[in-house]
Amino acid sequence: MNLFNFFKRRGGSSAPTARDRLQILLAYERSGRGPSDLLFTLREEILAVVGRHVEINPERVSVQMDRGDKVSILEVEIEVPNTVRVAPGGGRKKRAALRRA
Amino acid sequence: MAKVVVVTSGKGGVGKTTTTAALGAALAQCGQNVVVIDFDVGLRNLDLVMGAERRVVYDFINVTQGVAKLSQALIRDKRLDRLALLPASQTRDKDALTEEGVLSVITPLRKMFDWVICDSPAGIERGATLAMRFADEAIIVTNPEVSSVRDSDRIIGILDSKTVKAERGERVAKHLLVTRYDQARAARGEMLTIEDVLDILSTPLLGIVPESQEVLRASNLGAPVTFNNPNSGPARAYFDAARRLMGEDVEMTIPADKQGLFGKLFGRRAA
Repeated sequence: MNLFNFFKRRGGSSAPTARDRLQILLAYERSGRGPSDLLFTLREEILAVVGRHVEINPERVSVQMDRGDKVSILEVEIEVPNTVRVAPGGGRKKRAALRRA
Repeated sequence: MAKVVVVTSGKGGVGKTTTTAALGAALAQCGQNVVVIDFDVGLRNLDLVMGAERRVVYDFINVTQGVAKLSQALIRDKRLDRLALLPASQTRDKDALTEEGVLSVITPLRKMFDWVICDSPAGIERGATLAMRFADEAIIVTNPEVSSVRDSDRIIGILDSKTVKAERGERVAKHLLVTRYDQARAARGEMLTIEDVLDILSTPLLGIVPESQEVLRASNLGAPVTFNNPNSGPARAYFDAARRLMGEDVEMTIPADKQGLFGKLFGRRAA
């Protein structure tokens, strides 16, 4: 432990961090829409749009999320099989990042 | 093939979730691949204690109902890449969990990890019995306090009758973890001693976690105590417990928080 950490640990209190984390989380949960429901809807609609243009394997989809107090990031990664052979092996990946204020 | 361990207690508030996060992290810090599962459907908190509450996309119920793949629902810890979390559903009730559903998740996890640690909800209802259903080993978290010891005794009885192992005539290996222990108060006769608790419950001791402000500090910050302050008393107790789980012979001690001159003078730390 360096000197900086020593003073930070003694002087810095953790309660404000706890309060901030809870406020962000509870504001979200009280809004009535559980995180799973909203994300499920977004995921299904994004997949439907992409699926209209290319064939996708629903199992090769990765959805990630990072909620913040001002901005949240939903990252949807869809593996698209190469029906037209651009490069041998592997699929193209389409990435859609959605920012929510 | 992973060992499936349930962290249980009967009574609420004794430290099951703290223990799941700390032991899971400690095992991962020792190089093991670990997944921790929150069985508290409707009242999940393991995600919060581990600082992953903003990253939950899918949950346990989504996986059992086929809405999401297991790999999509697992959240990799940002600090420890050998540690993963499967969060409980916050919006469903406990009846959404079925024995078949739990088995369909635990079976693949056994192949993917070295340890599958199930954080049981309090009580003896469905969530608690399903959390222990497929366990190979059980950690019974007990406070040195009458109601906690009584509830632990009840849970030990259920472990010996309602688990798959028990129904096959085998035994779930049981370990007692005493948490929030205050040696000074026990010495003054104000608190049950370790010997008292062991006498009553006759279960092998896995570790003694001292009462410490570091536990609240870690949960405030969303980090397992073994990661947040590895030198603190509880962290060292959890590291010792993790090594005993791995089969090492570790001398039983009650690790204390190391206090500097400042701490000794003023008796407590800012938490």
